[in-house]
Formats: sequence, C-alpha cells, structure tokens
Amino acid sequence: MISVIVVMTIFLVVLYKYRCYKFIHGWLILSSLMMLFWFSFMYLGEVFKTYNLAMDYPTVAMIIWNFGVVGMICIHWKGPLQLQQAYLIAISALMALVFIKYLPEWSAWVILGAISVYDLVAVLCPKGPLRMLVETAQERNEPIFPALIYSSAMIWMVGMANPARHAEPTNQDTGMFCLISAYNPLALTMLRGVKLGLGDFIFYSVLVGKAAATGGDWNTTLACFVAILIGLCLTLLLLAIFKKALPALPISITFGLVFYFSTDNLVRPFMDNLAAHQFYI
Amino acid sequence: MTASVFFGCTFIAFGPAIALFLFTIARDPLRVIFLIAGAFFWLCSLLLSSLVWFITVQISNKESSSQQKGLLIFGVVLSVLLQETCRFGYYKLLKKANEGLLMLSAEETMPISIRQLAYVSGLGFGFMSGAFSMVNILADSVGPGTIGIHGDSQHYFLSSAFMTMAIILLHMFWGVVFFDSCEKQHWWSLAVVVISHLLVSCLTFQNPQYVGSLVPTYIIVFLVGLWAFFCSGGSLRNLKLCLTCKDKDFLLANHRPR
Repeated sequence: MISVIVVMTIFLVVLYKYRCYKFIHGWLILSSLMMLFWFSFMYLGEVFKTYNLAMDYPTVAMIIWNFGVVGMICIHWKGPLQLQQAYLIAISALMALVFIKYLPEWSAWVILGAISVYDLVAVLCPKGPLRMLVETAQERNEPIFPALIYSSAMIWMVGMANPARHAEPTNQDTGMFCLISAYNPLALTMLRGVKLGLGDFIFYSVLVGKAAATGGDWNTTLACFVAILIGLCLTLLLLAIFKKALPALPISITFGLVFYFSTDNLVRPFMDNLAAHQFYI
Repeated sequence: MTASVFFGCTFIAFGPAIALFLFTIARDPLRVIFLIAGAFFWLCSLLLSSLVWFITVQISNKESSSQQKGLLIFGVVLSVLLQETCRFGYYKLLKKANEGLLMLSAEETMPISIRQLAYVSGLGFGFMSGAFSMVNILADSVGPGTIGIHGDSQHYFLSSAFMTMAIILLHMFWGVVFFDSCEKQHWWSLAVVVISHLLVSCLTFQNPQYVGSLVPTYIIVFLVGLWAFFCSGGSLRNLKLCLTCKDKDFLLANHRPR
C-alpha cells in the first residue's frame, strides 16, 4: 500500500515536471467523478440498509445525479466557497470510510504510522517528491496544484503580467483527491488563508473513524479528535514560524495514535470505574 | 431509557455550556483554538492520573473490593490535583504565548486579553470534563434497559446530568478565579480554588445519596460563580446598567469592528 502511494506520487510529480497538464486534469476529473457518483451511491446504499428504508431506483438516481453534478461544478469550476469546502470534506469523508471499511484491523494503524514518516521525508528532504512538486510550482509561479488542496479563504491573484500563465483571477482553489492516492499532504500559506492538502483530511478522518469503529467507547473518539486538532494547531504554528511548505500529517497522527492507545487502555478502565460508583473528578 | 431521557439529559448537562459557546466563542477563531487547547490540557492531566491509577491497580490485590475502592478514591484526589497543576501550566503557557503573539502581530494591543483567556480555558476544561463523564452514559441511555434493576438508584441519569452541568460551570468559574489570582499573586485564593475542587469531588463519594452531594455542590456553584463575577470586574452597578441596557461601554463594544 505504501509502495503504491510512493509510486503514484513520483508518477504525478514526473507528469507535472514534464507539463502533461491535460493528462493530470483528465485523471483528476475521472477520479472525482468516481468519488462523487459511485462512492456516494455505495454509501447511500449502506445507510438505507442499516435503517431498513425502502427506496426506489429513480429517486436514488435523481439524488445521486444532483449531488454529483453540483459537486463536479463546485470543485472543478466555480462555486460558493462554503459549498466547495463542504464538498471537499464530503469527498474526504467518503474516501476515509472506504479505507476504514476495507482495510484489516492492524494494517490501518501501521499504514497511518508509515504515511506520517513518508510525509515527513517527502516534504522536508531536498530530493523528496513533494518538495520538488512545491518548488517546481513556485518556480513557474503557478498556484500549487489547483486540484488537490483545501483552502480556507479566497485568494485573488491579480496583476500578473506574465502571459505564460493563466492570468484569470481565481476565486477559489479547487481541491480533489485522487483515487489511487497521489496526495499532497502539505500545509502552505498563500496570500491570505491557509491551504491544506486533501490527503491530510483523509488520514485524519481514518484515524478518528477507526477510533470510533473499534473503540466502542466515545471517550476514545473524543480524545483522538482533540489530539488531532491540537496537532493541526501546532503545525500551523510551525508554519507561521518557518513560512514554507510543511508536512501536516506527522504531528497530528502521532498525537492521535498516542492518545488513542493510551485512552483505550488506561483512561477507559479508570472512567468506567468512576462512572460505576458515580464519582466525579 | 428512551429518546426523551437522552435529549433531556443532554440538554441539562450541556445546555448552558453550548449556549455560552455559541454566543461568545464560536465567532472568534482564536477563542475556539484556546478552548480546544484547554480541553487538551485537561485530557493530559486525565491521562497522567489514569496512568498512575492503572499502575497502582496492577500491583495491588485485585480481589479485595475495599482496597480497590480506596485506590479509586486516591485516583480521584490525584486527578483533581493534577488538573489544577495542568491549569497552572496552561496559565504559564498562555502568558508566554501572549507575549509571542504580540511580537508576531502588527497591532499594538493583544488580540485576546488574559481575562478572556481565563474564561475560555475554564470552559475548555469544563467541556472536556463534562464530555468524558457524560457521553458514555448518554450513549447507553438511548438503548433499551432498566435503570437500577439490581437495587441501585433509579435517578442515575438525571443526577449524572445535573452533576455534569455543575462541574462544567464550576470549571469555568474556577478558570476565571484561578487566572485572576495568578495575575494578582493571591496564593491563598488559589488554594481555595483547589480545596473547593477537592471538596466537590469528595462530596460525590456519597453518591447515591444525592441529597448529600448535589445540594452542597450547587451551593458551591453559586458561591464560586459570585466570586468569579466579582473577580472579573463585575459589580451591582454594572449588573444594573447591563440589565437595563444603559451600559454605554457594552453597547459601543458590540459595534466595534473586529
């Protein structure tokens, strides 16, 4: 799994370096199509099965069609920022659900750990693929991969005199996540607002989702949630200090994993005993 | 054990806290970050205390229930002391961070005052404490079952909800008083905060005799709330002006652009 991710990332960087933009755009559009239509259809099916709801195909087709088309427009073209952010979050959540459902128990934890290490290496080492991606994009003065990133605010690129670039003012940065996992786990400030790679969202969601699915205890899920948020705050703090692209996964995932295992094994018996006697701390 | 019990207990326990969050904290991202950081510090204190408790349980006699109860009481006291220590640690960190923020930002005044930080961090502690005490109970209350079928109290859910509300409010008040006394270096009021926290936790040892634990706890909530009100600059005059909508500073402040 890790080798697949590494290979796909290097492939993506090579494509970007040799300016095969059409290929990359086609790939991203295909994978976002698959996410928005097929995965949401599967998820809807699971929800109906769980709650034992009867539903006919024409209604489902209409719902999925509307959801998917609005999503494609929002992500790849123009749309209100709030809606675009909502769609990116929905896609990340769907992807995370796929990981949680189909990965075996221990594989998920090991993959989370390995991905953080790979992220650290890929973004910070001089020969790392993601660092080369960022540097190439910065040399060409282009928006860093306007297809895999979640941005927290609108950015306006006005007054660009270079005719080689697409000089339209972009209202928002579109972001998408590729199905076979070429991802961009980096946090980057650009003009105003912070950009976070969608791959980061996905792995955060995988961590919290696994904690919720296997923990069986709400305390563990809450602890992981808070730990990941604090990791993200720390990463943003480091970003403000160092002012260059940083890996967003390592700190959060480390905190999340530490808190998951310690809450599950240490805090849970303590809190259960306290609740049984109704003692409050 | 139906939806009405679930919703009722949720709103009793978390209603005031969520209202405070929505009206005062949700619009300002900086306050939200400090709230989550406060929750994190509470979580760290809980982790440390449960680690110590876990180790003591492993080396003790697991059969004897009185020894286990004694260890649990020791765990509670240790947890309270560690919580207050983490609160102090958070205070120190916030002082340093405030100076750092001042250097980084272009403005001359601090973006968030120490009193706001006291309130926000106290609420963060309260949220996390209340959530950890109550969420599992709430999750169980949705499902089928009968409370107290083995002879325990039938008011378990309701009393837990009221206790959780008291604890959340208390944490918020303690946060305000704690930071204020650290600022003014009144170590005796710091000690009173710690002792009142210990008192509230020890009162819960009397559960399920709820009269003995809930009534004094609410008296303490009221008293500490008054103390926090006067600590943060409130007075009868202020209160009257605010309630009759004549407080010019307050009205002006709401129109100031952020």
